[in-house]
Amino acid sequence: MKRLGPDDDPDRLYTVTGGRSRSADDRTLDLVTLIVSECDPTPGMQSEHARILTMCRRPLAVVEVAAELRMPVSVVRILLSDLLDRGQVTARHPRTPATAQLPAADLLKEVLDALHRL
Amino acid sequence: MHSTASENAAGNATAPASGTAAGTDADRIPLSATADNGLKIVIVGGFGVGKTTMVRSVSEIRPLNTEETMTRAGVGVDDPTGVEGKSTTTVAFDFGRISINDSAVLYLFGAPGQERFWFLWDRLFSGTLGAVVLVDTRRLDDSWYAIDRLEAHGMPFIVAHNDFGGEPHTLEQIRDALDLSPEVPLISCDARERESSKAVLIALVDHLYALSTQAAGSTQEPVSFQEPVSAQETAESAP
Repeated sequence: MKRLGPDDDPDRLYTVTGGRSRSADDRTLDLVTLIVSECDPTPGMQSEHARILTMCRRPLAVVEVAAELRMPVSVVRILLSDLLDRGQVTARHPRTPATAQLPAADLLKEVLDALHRL
Repeated sequence: MHSTASENAAGNATAPASGTAAGTDADRIPLSATADNGLKIVIVGGFGVGKTTMVRSVSEIRPLNTEETMTRAGVGVDDPTGVEGKSTTTVAFDFGRISINDSAVLYLFGAPGQERFWFLWDRLFSGTLGAVVLVDTRRLDDSWYAIDRLEAHGMPFIVAHNDFGGEPHTLEQIRDALDLSPEVPLISCDARERESSKAVLIALVDHLYALSTQAAGSTQEPVSFQEPVSAQETAESAP
């Protein structure tokens, strides 16, 4: 892991999120929730927000946004919920059951077909 | 909250970026614009067992690396740094992805099996389809805990033995050593090989499919999937 470089010290992460440690949407943004930009970055926007809007022109999972920004997932969830609150991005949530419940057989069949094609 | 450097972060604060660091825009393969259903499979294993290698073998993107932090208050994890007061623990994980179709995209996570990781399981990996426990016969002990935790979480899994070409072990020996129940598929693989890693994922999803149709009480014929390379058979018949 090399998330925290000289420019990414914990204090900076604190600043990026305005000191918040969690948001209302915290629980609803899964690692693989796909984020899509609904607008372009605007001048004066917080730089992390601008970067997210640029990288999510095509759908991108929360975990990919975190990797690109080199920030912990929990911090990225907060940044994303800001953008969601303002309607600047939308979230496409996973449709698999969140509990210990097996997904539908037809979805698994699709996954199997894709793996065989790989 | 993020005011105290974690073990990982502190240890790597000055480390140069490595090959698993976040990619640049240029090497990012975009998802389909209609992608709307993210799926997860987790590959769990000890340090150096080949999790990232397996992810790399099958992923359509170069494996990326990220982390999640957790406040340590009230959580019984070991504290190797001896820092005082409120602090965070960090779990790092690698991931890759495989596009399934216009809608579904499968993310593969390589995650450490150590104790502190499991405190983050529900936060990170709820909704996971299933898990692969990647084992190394030189360090089977590492796998017991992961298997125990997966069972506790009710998460379906298979076990894959990453064959490093050391002393030969039959799958029966490994199954005995891990005290693995007969329903859990166990196969051998070479995580460096794409076909072999593919066969591992196929074995997992086959297992999930069987469980899913059983659970549904389905009377439909089990679908037979042709596997170009049946890792299980070849490995089981090995001396």
